[in-house]
Amino acid sequence: MADVLSANERQQLPPPASETGALGWLRKNLFSSWGNGITTVVLLVAIFWLLTSFLDWAVVNAVWTAPTGQSCRGHGACWALIHEKYRFIFFGTFPYNEQWRPLLAVIVMLTMLVTSADRRMWNARLVWIWAVGSFLTFLLMLGQIHIPLALILFVALAVGGVGMLLRGSVAAPAELNGWRTLAAIGAIGILLRLAGVLPPWSLAIAPFTYVETGLWGGLPVTLILATYGLLFGFPYGVLLALGRRSNLPLIRGLCVGFIELIRGVPLISLLIMASVMLPLFLPSGMSIDKFLRALVAIILFSGAYIAEIIRGGLQSLPKGQFEAADAMGLNYFQKTMLVILPQALRVVIPPLINTFIGFFKDTSLVLIIGIFDFLNAANQALVDPNWAGFPSEVYLFAAFVYFCFCFSMSRYSKYLEIELNKGTRR
Amino acid sequence: MVTTAAHDLSHAPSVIELKGVNKWFGQFHVLSNINLDVKQGERIVICGPSGSGKSTLIRCINRLEEHQRGDIVVHGVALSNDVKNIEAIRRDVGMVFQSFNLFPHLTILDNLTLAPIWVKKTPKREAEEIAMSLLTRVRIPEQAHKYPGQLSGGQQQRVAIARALCMRPKIMLFDEPTSALDPEMVKEVLDVMIELAKEGMTMLCVTHEMGFARAVADRVIFMDRGEIVEQNAPEEFFAHPKNERTKTFLGQILHH
Repeated sequence: MADVLSANERQQLPPPASETGALGWLRKNLFSSWGNGITTVVLLVAIFWLLTSFLDWAVVNAVWTAPTGQSCRGHGACWALIHEKYRFIFFGTFPYNEQWRPLLAVIVMLTMLVTSADRRMWNARLVWIWAVGSFLTFLLMLGQIHIPLALILFVALAVGGVGMLLRGSVAAPAELNGWRTLAAIGAIGILLRLAGVLPPWSLAIAPFTYVETGLWGGLPVTLILATYGLLFGFPYGVLLALGRRSNLPLIRGLCVGFIELIRGVPLISLLIMASVMLPLFLPSGMSIDKFLRALVAIILFSGAYIAEIIRGGLQSLPKGQFEAADAMGLNYFQKTMLVILPQALRVVIPPLINTFIGFFKDTSLVLIIGIFDFLNAANQALVDPNWAGFPSEVYLFAAFVYFCFCFSMSRYSKYLEIELNKGTRR
Repeated sequence: MVTTAAHDLSHAPSVIELKGVNKWFGQFHVLSNINLDVKQGERIVICGPSGSGKSTLIRCINRLEEHQRGDIVVHGVALSNDVKNIEAIRRDVGMVFQSFNLFPHLTILDNLTLAPIWVKKTPKREAEEIAMSLLTRVRIPEQAHKYPGQLSGGQQQRVAIARALCMRPKIMLFDEPTSALDPEMVKEVLDVMIELAKEGMTMLCVTHEMGFARAVADRVIFMDRGEIVEQNAPEEFFAHPKNERTKTFLGQILHH
């Protein structure tokens, strides 16, 4: 068969010149036919017209500084309004002289988020970064933190317990004894505290003046609600998803019931319930902070949604993965943590980030119970009679800030997909 | 291949005993009254038409499937709903699947060391040494840091065998290990299995590779419709099948 040449013996011809280079690309993609060419021209003209009129308004004729809104009339965009009100939009009603604190809190939170985004940071260090960062954030926002002894002991018990559970099979005896001691101190301490042997003491850390959560507002509120709502909503959603696939009918039923119940009501109604109805059920004299109640509502709500997404990931795994893990003798916990979840979560990164983006924006619904997140603070900035009549500027500015956050998340999702699938193509 | 590996097993202790094992999938009687006694070091090949229950049979031995009546005893441990018993048996019984079932998110080395580290609490360094020596044995040590998706089917199945061996199992179960492979890759996997058989591993192998059965099996079992229809040493089994169903089956797979 001498007439059949293999690919490398055959002379390689270059593609026709009309298909390559910038002209080739234009021809192929924009002007391949009369219809295509006309569409291209019409759209280009439309885009040009829209862009120039927008730039006219937003840049050329814009007013950048002005004493009051009056001086803006008859001109383009009144960016002077943003210049005047930006501190209120970003920090709401937080005491004016203390506003460096929410600014710092936002920086701390953004640093934490950006640090955690890097895959090389995904190890035990991250837990410490978040513990310290979260503490700083809330200390800056509140100004003073009083930690009751019972809570300290409980945290000791919880940390020790989790350490024993997670490191039990791989840690050196010395390390394991450390976890045991911590858990024991916590447990004994709580018992002594309950028995009244230990006094109702609390650790006071009070470097700044106290600012109650009712005065919080703007970007830090949006960031705290979104970050901590999803930070706790995510593991909660994972547990719900695993529970929904459990072999035990009772656990399965509870999880399905919870998910369906929460998904069946709007977030607004859940927020109203948390803010109006919950206090009715609490014993008199006991109150839970409104901000905390909103956060819990968001956690519950996001948990239910995240659970359904993760269930999709779990169901996409071939049965053989479960069987192989079983056949090796891994127990349920090991199988789930080492084999199933790492694969299931990878599959659901795009829908998961999609939900995260949705929740980031949904936090503005806390308006309904009188919490001033970023969008609502922007809204309030419009109320000033001196600056009445420029809603477009404020909303455009708010939209721009939201867009920065959401677009970063979207790009990060893309990065994560590529990063995690390196070398693992099937 | 005229050499048969059949050897004297009359004094070897039993490691797997199945007594009157029955299983149903819904109304379908998939295993009916199975009795089987496997000696230590014995190599058994199970064959039969599809749907005959052969895969289900070996999957019952490590509890990937639950039998509904009868007793299964592995290494003196009776299979029951007791998780401790099931885990003890799974530590001693390695399994190789038709579709390899390697973990795609872990490197080959991590696939191999996962169970030794977490189930047997082997120190990481030691587990990796064992893993590398086993990869050398299946002749792909250079692939240790790749991911399963980057390997050919035959290589993946050899990794799967090495992964099962990492737990130092006393019994190996093979569930149609070569059925999902391209023809040119079957041999490399069978060679590894033959080597394993020569080292004296107790093996139960569901396969249609009759050459393999002739070369290493001590006993060939033919199953049909959930029953063990016939079992014999390979020479006898292939030369003089007694049951009509066995004859039909062998006629179909040997003369095509």
